[in-house]
Amino acid sequence: MIPAPFSYRRAASIEEAIALLQQYGGDAKILSGGQSLIPMMKFRLAEPAVIVDINGVPGLDTIEEHNGLLAIGGLVRETTLERSPLIRQQYPIIADTAEVIADPLVRNLATVGGNLAHGDPANDHPATMLALRAEVVARGPSGERVIPIDEFFVDTFTTALAPDEILTEIRVPAPPPHCGGAYMKFERKVGDYAVAAAAAFLALDEAGKIARAGIGLTNVYHKPLRAEAAERALLGQAPSDELFRAAAELAAQAADPTSDLRGPAEYKRAVARTMTLRALQKALSRARAA
Amino acid sequence: MTTTPIRGLGHPVKRKEDPRFIRGKGTYVDDIKLPGMLYLDIVRSPYAHARIKRIDPSKALAMPGVVDVITGAELEKAGLAWMPTLMSDRQMVLPTERVVYYAQEVAAVVATDRYTAADAVLAVEVEYEPLTPVLDPFKALEPGAPLVRPDREQKTNHIWHWEAGDKEKTDRIFQEAEVVVSQDLYIPRIHVCSIETCGCVVNYDRATDKLTIWMTSQAPHAHRTVFSLVSGIPEHKIRIISPDIGGGFGGKVPVYPGYVIATYAALKLGKPIKWIEDRSENLQADSFARDYHIHAELAATRDGKIRAMRVHTVADHGAFDAAANPSKFPAGLFSVCTGSYDMEAAHVAVDGVYTNKPPGGVAYRCSFRVTEAVHTIERMVDVLADELGMDPAEIRFKNFIRPEQFPYKSPTGWEYDSGNYPATLQKALDAIGYQELRREQAERRARGELMGIGISTFTEIVGAGPSHTFDILGIKMFDSAEIRVHPTGSAIVRIGVQTQGQGHETTFAQIVAEELGLPVENILVEHGDTDTAPYGLGTYASRSTPVAGAATAVAARKIREKARLIAAHLLEVSPDDLEWHDYAFRVKGSPDRFKTMQEIAFAAYTNFPQGLEGGLEAVCYYDPPNMTFPFGAYVCVVDIDRGTGLVKVREFLAVDDCGTIINPMIVEGQIHGGLTMGMAPALLEEIVYDDNGTILTGTFMDYLLPTAVETPHWKTDKTVTPSPHHPLGAKGVGESPTIGAPPAIVNAVVDALSHLGVRHIDIPITPAKLYQLLAEKGVAE
Repeated sequence: MIPAPFSYRRAASIEEAIALLQQYGGDAKILSGGQSLIPMMKFRLAEPAVIVDINGVPGLDTIEEHNGLLAIGGLVRETTLERSPLIRQQYPIIADTAEVIADPLVRNLATVGGNLAHGDPANDHPATMLALRAEVVARGPSGERVIPIDEFFVDTFTTALAPDEILTEIRVPAPPPHCGGAYMKFERKVGDYAVAAAAAFLALDEAGKIARAGIGLTNVYHKPLRAEAAERALLGQAPSDELFRAAAELAAQAADPTSDLRGPAEYKRAVARTMTLRALQKALSRARAA
Repeated sequence: MTTTPIRGLGHPVKRKEDPRFIRGKGTYVDDIKLPGMLYLDIVRSPYAHARIKRIDPSKALAMPGVVDVITGAELEKAGLAWMPTLMSDRQMVLPTERVVYYAQEVAAVVATDRYTAADAVLAVEVEYEPLTPVLDPFKALEPGAPLVRPDREQKTNHIWHWEAGDKEKTDRIFQEAEVVVSQDLYIPRIHVCSIETCGCVVNYDRATDKLTIWMTSQAPHAHRTVFSLVSGIPEHKIRIISPDIGGGFGGKVPVYPGYVIATYAALKLGKPIKWIEDRSENLQADSFARDYHIHAELAATRDGKIRAMRVHTVADHGAFDAAANPSKFPAGLFSVCTGSYDMEAAHVAVDGVYTNKPPGGVAYRCSFRVTEAVHTIERMVDVLADELGMDPAEIRFKNFIRPEQFPYKSPTGWEYDSGNYPATLQKALDAIGYQELRREQAERRARGELMGIGISTFTEIVGAGPSHTFDILGIKMFDSAEIRVHPTGSAIVRIGVQTQGQGHETTFAQIVAEELGLPVENILVEHGDTDTAPYGLGTYASRSTPVAGAATAVAARKIREKARLIAAHLLEVSPDDLEWHDYAFRVKGSPDRFKTMQEIAFAAYTNFPQGLEGGLEAVCYYDPPNMTFPFGAYVCVVDIDRGTGLVKVREFLAVDDCGTIINPMIVEGQIHGGLTMGMAPALLEEIVYDDNGTILTGTFMDYLLPTAVETPHWKTDKTVTPSPHHPLGAKGVGESPTIGAPPAIVNAVVDALSHLGVRHIDIPITPAKLYQLLAEKGVAE
């Protein structure tokens, strides 16, 4: 439970942090909330030689709506998201997600940027951001670039971020009319990673048919999974229990979980189906209430 | 009369220990820091079974700050490579030839700080030759199975065979019985997971030749005797101090290799040594609990009267038999498995087996295998009810030992002291609205919903124990109290048991307050220091109140008898003319003429009668005449999520009967904690190994300790049936809920599925396991 020796650098600006990453290359790891990194170091699963602490970098901890976008700073804590009136009222799917991450002690420090940048398919925000079609803003030595969420997750613990890039912001399209989203997670106990979880986002047209559909799945694939076939099945259709069950089945078929202590693969697939169905049902009730 | 209230028996006195705990002012072993102290850390085996070819400490020794690396070869020269277990087996301290379980201690590093020690552990090079591990106890018993313990004379993995009851009579009844049901039950390996891990600080003072060990011990006196026997150091030169203990639950009764290595290092290096396990070490290598493979049968009449019980169990004890049962009971008190039911005969057999897993079989919040016993009978009664189409409550009422049968001699030889089982179950059923729940269940079933109601009417056996039957390594299982009343009427009580959260400092003060009529806040309770506390066997198996609580009451009564003589002297009457009433000695017929204990105490030092010794103190070493038998009726209501397999405990009512209650608030707290610790193995916890014997649940990520979120809202109630042989009528309560809760939950889940032909599910009932069953029965969503 004691990490290997490492050195610690605290960056005062984003430029300094990027310079440190350039200087140390693969030996460096960014410390944001530290809620995944530090346990991995304590188990000596990760032994970075240098920790680059970005908690002192100003301007990364704001939640703002502008130009039809919600901008969440990379250092925004889960607790802040959970309690933000803007998030709770306009983006309840994000509040749903933040609320079920680990436990309150972890959420006090854990950041939404870290949750995405860690590239762990078991993390919760990726599915939600896939469902919402978010974008990720990265800063590197040559400036800023915007990465569509569909291109962000590459593999387990691997994202599109270059070793000298830092995730600074997450951008979510502002909610269209008659929309609703929900995140449903099934875990063995509080604080656990999901056996399976599903994020569902629906927007209805004036006729009440599904105009937009987003479904993301947690911990049932080697990376965060967008259930595209399920989304397509929903588009242009009038919502119904039968339709949702069919979509949930398609989502479950897209999943490719591995058997472990959380259960055999077939079970996880079934839970993915149940969570997708329940997320769609809740998303619909929110969309109709909106 | 004194104006300060006495607050003796029955008062919800707030715990005296809490002010220091809630202020963070407790002193745990890891809080002990001595000048020049060195830190010990342990190299552990990555194999469940391997030959050690080579240990090379040179790289570790070359690291700055590393003082020493200790191996089995070095300990062997000192005669310390092996140590005795409390079960008369022997256990490796550090191996000389082979490792026999994953995470076993292989070598120890001593360094000037904790961090260097951790780095140095990884620098010790060990070359292993992996051997085939023996993991399944049934396979371990097959001819030709690899030997876990070639060091033993007996070349087999079988440790012992033990039985109780009348085999011949039992077999005869089974032959002629109208109905026989049988069931295999596995009670998996779990871990106590006390929040404070194990550890010690050892200081050897060369000037005084005294060895002082601060240690996470539930039984400091017994441990001192073991240390003296192992080391040859005279007992008066060893002082063991159990400071505040962050939970024991049976896991701090065994002696772990780390304690011995740290002591050796302190003696060798002449410096204080601190060894504190980390969480993973605690979970991976410290003594486990349970791990019983049970085959149980009941013989009954067609109308539901149980006639006999037959049980055979294979007990997986890991690589060393290092449980902490009383010597004559290698399977603990498992033979109490006939439970609350009157039957003609029973026969119980248990075979202990070695496997390549950590040792133990500790009594995890349970009086020596009673959890296993209660699970067996409470499941089997439901299995029989299912076979006969009877209601689980009805079959229990039909078979209960009746109140007039107490003291009741059980078919396996126990004498139950007192009980009123029908009254307790009836109270529980009425309070929860059993008939209404059954109606609701029928309605829900018709709608395809899965709801179940489970009952557990357990009998616990605690308070080990009478000296004719109970000892550990030959030391009789009495316990002790020493009370000294000071001149101004306050008192100090020293006890031989050791609190780990049970609230001894409060309840034992209440016993003295009640018996002597002194206010509870004026009574200080001390324990845990072998230099000052009287000898006792420690706190586990719910024995503190039944044994040391009785000792405290008896010691107080000895003081009261002396106080009577002093009061008579002060009131100038004959002692026979006095009666103890309303916390004072009063002249018979003139209750206004009296002396309080405070007045008597002052006189005991200032004005005592000629011929009487001064002072006011007494000691009692209490040898209980019998065990006590707390009992209860628990009812659990569950709903099952067909889409995930999740069991939701909607309602849980625990009606407990632990005899006389000393502090109702503490009892309620004990029951809440115990129920949570009973729910955990029923639904969440299990130690799992892979095919190589590597633990898969070695952290809290995968060993699922419940939190407040997973814990249902517990409802509690009580009946009071005092123990006839205990001076206070108290029976002990800490473990009843842990043993009573699991079958109530399992019975509820099985009940929810009984219409689908489900008769048994092994614990833990995880969502994954249950969903698979739902899918097989065609009811999964």
